Amino acid sequence: MTRVLLIAEHDGAELNLSTAKSMSCASQIGETDVAVFSNGADSLATSAATLAGAARVLHASRPENAKPLAAVLAPQIAKLAADYTHVLAPSTTFGKDVLPRVAALLGAPQVSDIMSVESERSYKRPIYAGNVIVQVSVPDNCTVCGTVRIASFKAAATDGNAEITAVSPDADLPAHTRYIDLQAQVSERPDLQSAMRVVSGGRGVGSAENFEIIYGLADKLSAAVGASRAAVDAGYVPNDMQIGQTGKIIAPDLYIAVGISGAIQHVTGIKDAGTIVAINKDAEAPIFALADFGLVGDLFSIVPDLEKKLG
Amino acid sequence: MKILVCVKRVIDYNVRVQINRQGDGVITDGVKMSVNPFDEIAVEEALQIRDRGDADEIVAVSIGTSASQQQLRTALAMGADRAILVESDDEIQPLAAARVFHKLVEKEQPGLVFLGKQAIDDDSNQTGQMLAALWQRPQATSASSFELNGETARVTREVDAGLEIIDIDLPAVVTVDLRLNEPRFVKMPDIMKAKRKPLETIALSELGIDAPPALETKNYEPPPQRQAGIMVETVDELIAALRDRGVL
Ligand SMILES: Cc1cc2nc3c(=O)[nH]c(=O)nc-3n(C[C@H](O)[C@H](O)[C@H](O)COP(=O)(O)OP(=O)(O)OC[C@H]3O[C@@H](n4cnc5c(N)ncnc54)[C@H](O)[C@@H]3O)c2cc1C
Ligand SMILES: Nc1ncnc2c1ncn2[C@@H]1O[C@H](COP(=O)(O)O)[C@@H](O)[C@H]1O
Repeated sequence: MTRVLLIAEHDGAELNLSTAKSMSCASQIGETDVAVFSNGADSLATSAATLAGAARVLHASRPENAKPLAAVLAPQIAKLAADYTHVLAPSTTFGKDVLPRVAALLGAPQVSDIMSVESERSYKRPIYAGNVIVQVSVPDNCTVCGTVRIASFKAAATDGNAEITAVSPDADLPAHTRYIDLQAQVSERPDLQSAMRVVSGGRGVGSAENFEIIYGLADKLSAAVGASRAAVDAGYVPNDMQIGQTGKIIAPDLYIAVGISGAIQHVTGIKDAGTIVAINKDAEAPIFALADFGLVGDLFSIVPDLEKKLG
Repeated sequence: MKILVCVKRVIDYNVRVQINRQGDGVITDGVKMSVNPFDEIAVEEALQIRDRGDADEIVAVSIGTSASQQQLRTALAMGADRAILVESDDEIQPLAAARVFHKLVEKEQPGLVFLGKQAIDDDSNQTGQMLAALWQRPQATSASSFELNGETARVTREVDAGLEIIDIDLPAVVTVDLRLNEPRFVKMPDIMKAKRKPLETIALSELGIDAPPALETKNYEPPPQRQAGIMVETVDELIAALRDRGVL
């Protein structure tokens, strides 16, 4: 029988939206249990229990699980995996870090970035920065390990009521890796990965100070703010705002790209957006080839004007 | 201390990848091949550690066809001391690659192994983590800063929420992100010098590794294409168009 174990992602206080999105993928495969690793924080298990489609919640609480260290979590997950045919995690930096470590312990290959479920052991996934989609199948003699491309799935509803079980998988936990700190940007703006609207700036914005006009437009639209790699590398904005192949993959209803040329590595992060708007002074910029609405001109006059006229 | 650096031969990141006529792979004939961009950063980091006097030997390793010698020569030209090619004509998936690197690690006993965070062909982002699991050693993935302090290292990792800092005991596996450093340019005399550096070739079959279960890949397709939309002339037109669509 197919049994899926989904590894929940959280920040110690709340479940990450990536968990609910991965839940939708897991439900398409089979009966799913959600595993929560934490130090106390029972409210995490309680909110995992509300995810529609969750059969059970396994809560592994111990001091070592306070922070998401792959080397500490992987042996515990591998232990729990003995009762499951599938182990899934979101394809976020959390899932990308921990799941391959689990797969190697299980002697199983991993399917990264599942976009769609074709059958119980067969999935579509992107390669070459999303320029090619392939179908991969996992052989029968091993556990299916996969990370879920969260932009491809809608969040599961939260009207469920799964049973919560405390578990303590018996595994040797290493002390060779120690968590020190997380330097997170505190922002009042919506979260980039779940925002309905995103305004992004690229190298064309020119400086950290100039990014204020991007923030201004974003605030008018209640949008999150993103950036191209060039803007991050130039130090205009922090790394967690990067969108693309090696940044975040997002799927907002509205994406406004300002001063971004549209390199394939960037575009792969926004292909699932509902409506794409491009503002660029170069009429030949590749971004216009996929934008629903394009406006050629100087961003320093267009963006403030747009902000003003949105009233 | 010895550092192992993994260097993969991939289609250059500037190439627009084309699917072959049979739909069972991508066209590589006559296509520019390069060192995976993340792996250049991995080589650079190892070289900087050696230049500071904290490492004495940098070994570049690759798994692939004999053509991968080219990418190993690039690593040697950048400054690596020697290279090992594990030769195979078959596709090597991350778990198999990790088993090969684990074998080399047992043989070479490095203090650090640097890999790219992902290969830009398969975009798997798995090999370093799998190697760390098999070796039962720490992993620091997506590193954007690396600081060696004797037997431990402090690594800053690029994570979705910002920057995560961890301490790891050596030996350890580190996978590198784009902002860790700026790889050096290779100069002509270095290319000449690299030709004389040792490059050992080992057949994959000689390593005595059990082939792990592998994914079967088929149906190579282009992604659904977005159509170019309309060009508007003014901000007012743009606002009207967005309102029309119901997104404002
Ligand atoms: C392995 C690898 C991974 C990568 N991953 C990513 C990734 O995840 N995300 C990512 O974004 N990139 C990534 N890149 C980089 C990518 O290839 C491009 O270099 C990058 O996206 C370019 O950013 P940009 O569009 O801001 O800058 P540019 O390409 O320099 O474009 C700037 C644009 O601004 C316009 N402009 C300038 N001034 C104005 C003005 N006053 N008004 C209006 N328009 C103006 C210009 O016409 C131009 O089109 C990656 C590259 C590699 C090799
Ligand atoms: N065949 C290979 N030869 C050399 N290095 C490899 C190979 N496969 C994977 N790697 C290394 O592992 C990293 C991650 O690859 P992947 O897990 O395939 O995304 C790459 O950046 C390389 O450093």
